[in-house]
Formats: sequence, structure tokens, C-alpha cells
Amino acid sequence: MSYHVDEFGYYGNFGGAFIPELLYKNVQELQENYLKIIYEPEFQKEFTNLLHDYVGRPTPLYLAKRLSEKYNTNIYLKREDLNHTGAHKINNTIGQILLAKRLGKTRIIAETGAGQHGVATATVCALMNIECVVYMGEVDIKRQAPNVARMKLLGAKVVPATCGSKTLKDATNEAIRDWINNSQNTHYIIGSVVGPHPYPDMVARFQSVISEEIKKQLKEKIGKENPDAVIACVGGGSNAAGAFYHFLNEENVKLIGVEAAGKGIDTGHTAATLAIGTPGVIHACKTMLMQDVYGQITEPYSISAGLDYPGIGPLHAHLHETKRAQFISITDEEALQAAFQLCKLEGIIPALESSHALAALEKITYSEQETIVINLSGRGDKDLETYMKQMNAQEEKQTHLQNQ
Amino acid sequence: MNRTKELFQKKSKDVLSVYFTAGFPDLNSTMDILLSLQKSGVDMVEVGMPFSDPLADGPIIQHSSEVALRNGMNLDLLFEQTKDVRKHITISLVLMGYLNPLLQYGVEKFLQRAAENGFDALIVPDLPVREYEFYYKDLFEKYKIKNIFLITPDTPKERIHKIDALSDAFIYLVSTLGTTGAKTNISDEQQDYFKRIASYQLKNPLLAGFGISNKETFEKACAHTNGAIIGSAFIKALEQDKNTEQAIKNFVSSIKQPEHIHK
Ligand SMILES: Cc1ncc(COP(=O)(O)O)c(C=O)c1O
Repeated sequence: MSYHVDEFGYYGNFGGAFIPELLYKNVQELQENYLKIIYEPEFQKEFTNLLHDYVGRPTPLYLAKRLSEKYNTNIYLKREDLNHTGAHKINNTIGQILLAKRLGKTRIIAETGAGQHGVATATVCALMNIECVVYMGEVDIKRQAPNVARMKLLGAKVVPATCGSKTLKDATNEAIRDWINNSQNTHYIIGSVVGPHPYPDMVARFQSVISEEIKKQLKEKIGKENPDAVIACVGGGSNAAGAFYHFLNEENVKLIGVEAAGKGIDTGHTAATLAIGTPGVIHACKTMLMQDVYGQITEPYSISAGLDYPGIGPLHAHLHETKRAQFISITDEEALQAAFQLCKLEGIIPALESSHALAALEKITYSEQETIVINLSGRGDKDLETYMKQMNAQEEKQTHLQNQ
Repeated sequence: MNRTKELFQKKSKDVLSVYFTAGFPDLNSTMDILLSLQKSGVDMVEVGMPFSDPLADGPIIQHSSEVALRNGMNLDLLFEQTKDVRKHITISLVLMGYLNPLLQYGVEKFLQRAAENGFDALIVPDLPVREYEFYYKDLFEKYKIKNIFLITPDTPKERIHKIDALSDAFIYLVSTLGTTGAKTNISDEQQDYFKRIASYQLKNPLLAGFGISNKETFEKACAHTNGAIIGSAFIKALEQDKNTEQAIKNFVSSIKQPEHIHK
């Protein structure tokens, strides 16, 4: 079984490049050159150096003792939250900005949900002195305000997407339209393993540093490269693709992707694409997506802006179809409780997105001897407001109960 | 014979095609708009099938799509509304929409119903050439629906020839590298591009679209092509005048002289 794209950009039945002719030249240019460029020794050197000196890689693989005790197994956290800018997203933006420079592009655009990809893009644009425009849904601009401020400080222009659900899908639409209108000088840094070929494969390759490091670190720590399971949250699926990448062909490593159930997969307020989606085309990619019977894309919902997307990367649709990976979903409430638990047990405030992966521990089966790696994709500073609101509500409820 | 092909055999200059979004401004405006457009003398109509995420469209067509969907437009309803369209409409009729709704409907079922109702051609901006050739060409041919491809100022010459070989009605010449309605003039550079494509002597006629908004841009676009397509400007006109019939009459007569009026 192959878990890599074929020459037309398909993973099995999913992938491809369903772009309007207006983007043909740009996408073709990327398709023809991305592998050549990113495997040039000079590129690799610059990429690796920046990841090391600027981003702070390798990120630790941390044996979470108290969490392991609680679940009676061996849990390692891959600390992507300790990257510069606070999430895995920068692995990809460093790679793509170096690529954009080599393609002679002078302007960068990006979409963002949680704002982590927007911040990571604004950061590398500042670093390389390139103009940066970030599209962000109006709803997300409100719920991820700290990241909007960071992008502005870094010199990026943040443009609100005001259509549809005003979240990640709509920001992506606006970014694609911008790209159509400015295709000659602009490179679009897509933030996940979504969009037309070669983006899903390219982003997965940039993120694959995560599993490359996990292998080395596990070898040092437990004497073997492979864990029994890898767990990661899935919005578009880039941190999961990176954490799974070097284990895809290691069939004895369980791969577990965690989608956002929102208020529950049957409530109509969910972002669990694989749970309720059907095949179709979204953002120029054939994959699973949430849609009505007439193929209109439906509006997703999750408390977590980074998972609030009605599609999923074609690699994951393929892993799902071939059953190479297992996909589960976690509700808002379950994710919040997992976040609070990690704060108290390990002194780590996780991003809401990553909290979905943590909550999977409550849902999956494993044994005492197993080694489980959870990809902690980001830190929770951006989510403090949501966390505080929930904490206050819980405290109020408790006081209320005590008073009765 | 396919009415779109027939049109270009009879008329090789100044073909006027108008785009509107089905379900806009009102759910049931479709037939009225078609009748008024025919009466005003347009040569071809593109009936837009609204989609939630129209990536190649600017704000005006996005808005019309949003309104149409909110009004309740869907493919079953559109085919119901246009069931008897060929009892009244003799001009060329083209459907335009994005791929995902067609995939959900079933491409074959869609083509079959489109053919039954008397549509001649289909424009799907996000259906790639390769996917058309591999998966859908036979179906289009089975139902005699012509697939219309787009070319842009950036499309390489070899690719244009390939698209010409795959086309059998007309080629949609996207006038500018932008979304619909983004530009409202035709520059010298664009004229040079039209001239360049004309010099390739393709077997298919060329209709220019994107950024054609009034008499001046229509005439400039027609100078080196077989005609032009107006979309956003027409939607705007529909929006501004609640009397649809009058709005259409005024709009079309502002673009072309009334000499070619159909019955
Ligand atoms: C911390 C964090 N984790 C995960 C995601 C989801 O993206 P992906 O599925 O591409 O990893 C995001 C997206 O914004 C994020 O910020």
C-alpha cells in the first residue's frame, strides 16, 4: 500500500488539483519544481539551520510521568508547542518561504484559523523581508485576538473574511481569490495538508521533521524507534501528517487522528469531517468534506478555530479509507477537560486543538506496556480567554452547588 | 445540431453572451430573465448554478450566489424550472457552475437532465483538463453537452492547442488574470493578448469574458474575438432595478444596437 502521492497528486482516490485555469501556471510551476527545490543541498542546509537556530528544533520528546500514571501507560508528548511562535505551523512556513524566494515571488498570502499559521507566516515574512497578507475569518479574529495582534506587530496585514461561517474555510476562499488576482508575484503559503497538489505532499514533507525526530528520540530513550501509537489532532491534518509521516509504512504503529466533534457529531454543530462527510472537492482538492445533498459545503463548528474546517487533507481521507489510521472525534467539552488536566498534571497549557489529541486517551484502548506519543501541536496562550470563561463557569457551578 | 455550434456558424462577430445566477434576484426569476434576455437580442445565455464557495468569482457573483442559495435554489429546482425552456427559448443556453455540486448530483445524471431540458454546453471552471479527459469526456459526448474550457493570458501555447483539440463549441478567453468582476476596463495589453490568441488560428471560436462590463469594453473585446460574455455588470444591473424586464432591456440595449433583435 502506498501512502504517498502518485504523479498526478493523488493518494488513492483523493487529492488532485481542481484549480481554475487562472492558477494553472502557478500550480504547475510548483508541481514541477517543489521536489527539485526542496531537496537541493543548499535548500536543505538553510531549512535545517533555520529550524535549529531560529525555531529551536529539535523539540523535546517528553515522558509525561503524571499523565502516564493517571492512564497507567507510557505517554510521551512531542513538544511542538515549544517551537518559536508556539506551534508546529512554523516548520511549514520556513520551508515555503525558502521555496517562494527561490521561485522569485515577492508577496506572500496565507489563510489562518487559530492564527497560528498566520503568525508563523507573518514571522517568516518579517525574517525574509517579504510583504505578507493574512486572511482570517471574522469570527476567528474575535476568538483568537492575541494572534491577530501578533501578526500586526510582525508587520502583516490581516484581512477579515466576512462570507459564510466567517471561519477557516472562508479565509481560504479569500486567499485563493487573492492568489488568482495576484498570481504573478504572489506565493500562497497554505497552512495545512490541503489544497491542490502539490500542497498536501509538500506541507507533509516540511512537517515530517516531527516524526523524524520522534524516531531518533525514542531510540535514545527506550532503545527502539517505533512507538505503539501516535496520536494527533486533525484540522486540515498537517501536524498529524508530520507526526505520522515516517511511521506510515510501519504497519505495527497505530496511527490515531482526532477530529473536532464540536457539540457532538449528530448535533449539526461539528467539524468531524470523516465522521459525517462524503467525498467531493473543496479548495481544489478531492477529499472528504461536509456538504449537503446538493454539494453545497456546510458550515463546520468547533470551539477550536484551528480544527473548524469542513474538509480534511487527502492523505487522511486515504488513511481513513484504507484503514491505515483510526480516526476518532472529541467534543468541545472533552477537549476542555483534557486541557485543564494537562495544566494541572504536567504544568503545560496546551492549545485547544492539541487538547483534542490529549482527550483521545479517554477513548482509545491500550495496554500498560505501550508507548504512546501524543503530538502536542501548540501552546495554549491564544486560548486563555476561552479557558478562563470555561473555568469561571465551572467555578460558578460549583459554588452554586455548595450553596444549595 | 447543437445550438451553440450553430450560433457560431451563423454569426462569427460580436456574439453577446450574458451570465446570470439562477435563483437571483428571486427564486423563480429564471424563466423571466431568460425570456427577457432573448427578447432583448442576446445571442447566448449562461445560467449560473450557485455554489457555496465560488473560488473564481469576485464579490458581485459571490453575493448573487449567496442570495440564490438562501432563496432555496438547487439543481433539481433549476431543472424543474427549465423543463420547458425549449418551448420558448431558441438561443444558445450554457450552464455554468463549480464541480462539487455536479459530483454530488452525479455527473451522468446531471448531463442527462441538462440535455433533456435542451442545454447545449457546460462551463465548470474547476474541472481540470486531465480529469475531463480521463473521467468525463465520454459522458459529455454521450449526452451531446459541449464542455467549455477556459484559457488565460498565462496559458502556454501548447496547452491552448490541446484545449482547442478537446473543445467543440467555443473557448472561453479569460480576459485578465483575476476573479470575475475584478477589472472593468480592457487595456492595450489585453488587446495584444486577444490578438495573440487570434493569431493561433484555433478551430474553435473565442468568447472573451471577465471584466467586460459595457459597450466600450464589449467592442474592444470583440475586435479580435468572436464575441464576449458579460456577468458581474449584468448582475449589478439586475440588483439596481427591481423591474427585471426593464432592467434587462436597458442593459442589453446599452451594450449593442437593436438591429440583431431576435423575434
Ligand atoms: C496548535 C494547532 N494544532 C493543530 C492545528 C490544526 O491544523 P493541522 O490539522 O493542519 O495540524 C492548528 C491550526 O491552526 C493549530 O494552531
